[in-house]
Amino acid sequence: MAATILHGVGATTALSSINYNNSRRSLPERKRTSLVIQCDGSLSSGLNISNNRGAKLSTNAVATKQENVTASTTSKPGLRHELLLFEALREGLEEEMERDPHVCVMGEDVGHYGGSYKVTKGLADKYGDLRVLDTPIAENSFTGMGIGAAMTGLRPIVEGMNMGFLLLAFNQISNNCGMLHYTSGGQFKIPIVIRGPGGVGRQLGAEHSQRLESYFQSIPGIQMVACSTPYNAKGLMKAAIRSDNPVILFEHVLLYNLKERIPDEEYVLSLEEAEMVRPGKHVTVLTYSRMRYHVMQAAKTLVNKGYDPEVIDIRSLKPFDLHTIGNSVKKTHHVLIVEECMRTGGIGASLTASINEHFHDYLDAPIVCLSSQDVPTPYAGALEEWTVVQPAQIVAAVEQLCQ
Amino acid sequence: MAQLTRRSLRLLRPTSAARLLTTTASTAPISIETSLPFTGHNIDPPSRTVETSPHELLTFYRDMALMRRMEIAADSLYKAKLIRGFCHLYDGQEAVAIGMEAAITRKDCIITAYRDHCLYLGRGGTLLEAFAELMGRSGGCSKGKGGSMHFYKKENGFYGGHGIVGAQIPLGCGLAFAQKYSKDENVTFTMYGDGAANQGQLFEALNMAALWNLPAILVCENNHYGMGTAEWRAAKSPSYFKRGDYVPGLKVDGMDALAVKQACKFAKEHALKNGPIILEMDTYRYHGHSMSDPGSTYRTRDEISGIRQERDPVERIRKLLLAHDLATEKEMKDTEKEVRKEVDEAIAKAKEIPAPDTSELFTNVYVKDFGLEAFGPDRKELRTVLP
Repeated sequence: MAATILHGVGATTALSSINYNNSRRSLPERKRTSLVIQCDGSLSSGLNISNNRGAKLSTNAVATKQENVTASTTSKPGLRHELLLFEALREGLEEEMERDPHVCVMGEDVGHYGGSYKVTKGLADKYGDLRVLDTPIAENSFTGMGIGAAMTGLRPIVEGMNMGFLLLAFNQISNNCGMLHYTSGGQFKIPIVIRGPGGVGRQLGAEHSQRLESYFQSIPGIQMVACSTPYNAKGLMKAAIRSDNPVILFEHVLLYNLKERIPDEEYVLSLEEAEMVRPGKHVTVLTYSRMRYHVMQAAKTLVNKGYDPEVIDIRSLKPFDLHTIGNSVKKTHHVLIVEECMRTGGIGASLTASINEHFHDYLDAPIVCLSSQDVPTPYAGALEEWTVVQPAQIVAAVEQLCQ
Repeated sequence: MAQLTRRSLRLLRPTSAARLLTTTASTAPISIETSLPFTGHNIDPPSRTVETSPHELLTFYRDMALMRRMEIAADSLYKAKLIRGFCHLYDGQEAVAIGMEAAITRKDCIITAYRDHCLYLGRGGTLLEAFAELMGRSGGCSKGKGGSMHFYKKENGFYGGHGIVGAQIPLGCGLAFAQKYSKDENVTFTMYGDGAANQGQLFEALNMAALWNLPAILVCENNHYGMGTAEWRAAKSPSYFKRGDYVPGLKVDGMDALAVKQACKFAKEHALKNGPIILEMDTYRYHGHSMSDPGSTYRTRDEISGIRQERDPVERIRKLLLAHDLATEKEMKDTEKEVRKEVDEAIAKAKEIPAPDTSELFTNVYVKDFGLEAFGPDRKELRTVLP
């Protein structure tokens, strides 16, 4: 899963002129301008978003150093540096901690140990034990503690070592985190970020391979986002920290070692927007997190077979970016949802209902939703592979959909 | 002999938060012994002698009478179906709220569960806001969207108001954590009941508070019944102040406002230096657990009336005032009449406030930040402005 992915964004330079600056620039030297990047690659400097759709995007599914990627037209010269996804998360976290003294981290083994996936490595040495707090194994209460601290104005980031452990904190997340802003009539805001890895893939067994998106999605008052590349991981982390609403950031165990070149410049992505990965015209494929890569792999096969899939990484799991999705449906009239969530009551199920409700007239065929099987994840490797959607299944589904 | 003017007794007025109005009641200190000694666990209990003043005693009397009247009025409103849902009444336990307020400042935080009407009042909430919230009107403290169990007053350090038993305890530790983080020398009083004392989150939170020396004071309001279950039927060890083990504890007579004041003052000093402490307030509620509970199926009426005769907090202050010649019977009756009138006026005004507008259904779900115009699937365009 260590493919290098490049997808063009408005603020990139053409590949030929990139200086491969592999050494990371330290924080103070970077420029401090902030921009909001729209999903279609255009830069927004304020209010007129809808007109900036001129930037072209990379049409290749996977790019390596050898391939020439057609870069976008409006390019701002900027240096980029290469890093892994967990380092991108750490960079975003560190920049926000630097910027605002109210930002603090709490979780199991985030401090001295550096985080079980190294996302918080080095932060405790830099910011101290109180700001990067090692908690005992008590998810319910340290999540509650984070929420209480957020009520006073601190901006904690609570890390669940594995998403599955956050089930213990469900009471706090649902009853306090989601509801306090409403039941207090707006007196308290809860600017908390709850993040952690979930997902299937390392033969971790049933309890450690859970996907909790579907359980959390009905909680009113929270926002959910899923990151999938180092670029959007850093952008979404920063946006989540700056947001005054509680945000749950879903990461994936298999994606932590993805490598990508991201801009040196500071950037924040929008929490409610979906990302256009590959524009096309035959079918809209909606996906998020790890399934994005399975979809892109299937897309290569499909392109060879003559199909032109439009791939959208929905990123925002709550609320859905029906604006981007709707525009795509109006163009292609076929929808395929590929997700790693469970079939029953998953994100795909809600998305299907939502699209059917709003864009029924634009659909030429019923929406197909490929999700994981409704089974606890088995340990055996081959069985585990078959609980999630594989590229071959995606190809078959598209072929059937577009008949 | 202190002359009592009307002004001297007004302490819960909506506009003035000042507790020490210039008054003709003297503030000369008098020492009074608490009714029972404190019992300590892993700590030396404070002395039984409490410093107070005529002024303070008079305000105690008035405030408690106000709280008592408010709860009884809420009882009638509930029976008249103007208050719906759950309504948990605090009468009998007023001494805890009053004594605590006397020992701390508004910068300290209080967080409690659902029996929060009187604590809200003690923290500077007005009768009007309380009744409006109870009746679901837009002038309520949470705009009518919270209800009986969700009273909050952020600017005065009252963090609610929580419906799930025990869930407020980790929140309270979070408040204490934030106080330690910003180093502002304040404490948090996290209140819970004898029913919640058996929750795991309490012990998890205690462990963390003790580990990091958070200025958290955990107050167990032991009214001896967790809804219908007596404490000896729910807990192997009903000495809740000892359950902290490594965390020191103090058992306090929760029906004696002066004892509560002494204990809270002592606890605040302790928490700022040495970390968490548990206070167990031995108190009693006259009403049932909530308005849907008659309160007599699991305890005898004799027990309730016995406590009312022997330990009632308002009676105790009344006897003190009479014993020290600080007020006459007539003056106290006048105070009660005044208080009754105030409550009735507030209810009448609250009844006139309209219910929240239908558009309020969708407000305050999210904080509108980044200048976002709309959330949700019907969004036609997106506008964002970075801060």
